[in-house]
Amino acid sequence: MAKFTEMSVKCHKLAKGYGEGEALVSKDPICFYLVEPKTGVVREKGHQLEGKSVAGKVLVFPTGKASSAVQMDGLVKLLINKNAPKAMIVTDVEPVLLGSAVLTKIPLVDRLERNPFEAIRSGDFVKVDADKGSVTVTRN
Amino acid sequence: MELLVAIGEAFDAPRMIPVNRAHAASSGQEGDLYFVEILAKGGASCKVTTTTNPIADFDYFQQIMNIAEEHDEASVAWKTKNYYKQIGAVMSQSCIPYLAENIPEYGEHVAFSESSATPYVNSVIGGLTNRESIQTALAAGVLGETPEYGMHLKENRKGTVLVKVEANLNDGYSYSLLGQYVGKKIASGIPVFVGIPKRPRIDQYINLCAMLNVTGAIAMFHIPGVTVEAKTEEEAFAGDKPKDRIVVTNRELEETEKELQTATSPVSVVILGCPHYNLDQMAELATLVKGKKVRDGMTFWVNTSATTKLMADRAGHTQIIQESGAHLVVDTCIDMFCWNNLRDKTGMTDSPKCAYYRRFGPVRVGKMEECVATAME
Repeated sequence: MAKFTEMSVKCHKLAKGYGEGEALVSKDPICFYLVEPKTGVVREKGHQLEGKSVAGKVLVFPTGKASSAVQMDGLVKLLINKNAPKAMIVTDVEPVLLGSAVLTKIPLVDRLERNPFEAIRSGDFVKVDADKGSVTVTRN
Repeated sequence: MELLVAIGEAFDAPRMIPVNRAHAASSGQEGDLYFVEILAKGGASCKVTTTTNPIADFDYFQQIMNIAEEHDEASVAWKTKNYYKQIGAVMSQSCIPYLAENIPEYGEHVAFSESSATPYVNSVIGGLTNRESIQTALAAGVLGETPEYGMHLKENRKGTVLVKVEANLNDGYSYSLLGQYVGKKIASGIPVFVGIPKRPRIDQYINLCAMLNVTGAIAMFHIPGVTVEAKTEEEAFAGDKPKDRIVVTNRELEETEKELQTATSPVSVVILGCPHYNLDQMAELATLVKGKKVRDGMTFWVNTSATTKLMADRAGHTQIIQESGAHLVVDTCIDMFCWNNLRDKTGMTDSPKCAYYRRFGPVRVGKMEECVATAME
């Protein structure tokens, strides 16, 4: 019989808001400019998420990377095409990703009470409430 | 202000501090337009010197191509450029502004976005800047303030990873490969390079800085005894032990170079100048192309800043480069609509960054002299 579990952990707000969706976990840092805006599919060669879509997902990844200009361009292009992630959980924030999240109004959190790479698996249903500082993970 | 406060709060910054200059790495794309349009329509203007990145030289490209075919992207770029003018930004349109148009001082707090600019300012000059996005840098330029966190605080400027270089670094290209490998390997933190044989040339610094922020997110590095904030390895780590150690040999650089190559068909277009070529590189290129001609069926593009071109004109480099049949372009980024017609072509560049964000199809990456040998006879 399938086992349903729900777990709630505290976190630290980086960019405000609430978002929920299916989790997609990446051990590789993400540059949103290397994501196809029309599909949300990661096109970066050799990336752990290559060929997978970030659209509507709650993304769990270590940090952002790449040029200062294009992170925001990538996220805005995804938003225009309705393929942006619903929320983002990181372990090591950097200002370029943070500034882009604030402006695109995508909730972003860090400092989860538990290591997110252990607590969250791709496919879990995750609710991120940045304002209340909580992340809820449902698995079935 | 809301943006900078949100950032300051997220990083637990105690206060805002004044900045005297900023560099907004304007990309001329949707994310860039979104924010600068809000500022311009709200009546904002730059309080301190705020320079801009290359977008595109519309006058030039309108002469040689039908821009209307790329109308959507071109109109975003056009509007973005005009909003920057409207808010009083300095239209430097250079991605190496720290060499000429906007030079921070040692110890000065600034807000510089652009991949090569942030580590160049922190490491080579000893100015203090976080790894800004276009928008946070632009907001700092408008407000004349930035939150005090991260690289503005001395305790965050010490080394974290020891990088032992055993590879031969004899040209600008090898420094690109070094940056690419280290950025990917460590992702974040402050590398301390030991074993670099002599003081890097400016173009070598630029390439290293740029690539550290293509494959990673690196705001600063130290080369003990060379860069300004550390005379010794011990000083670079401020007495701490490195959290990690890596070794870079020729093998790592060769493998990094192999990862870049996707071309199987002959090259028909070459793009140089990403980041923009400085005057030394223009001189080197002029020496290489003197008396040669671009082969039939091949196009050859060189990107630089308007300021550099002015000096290259006076030095005679421009004439030599143009006589070879190469296009010399100013104010333009390689990641722009004007290169879309190269999409189906096999390209070659000396810049892994250009290859990474490329507008052309398959790509070959090699040294400047290999690019010239491939395209000219």
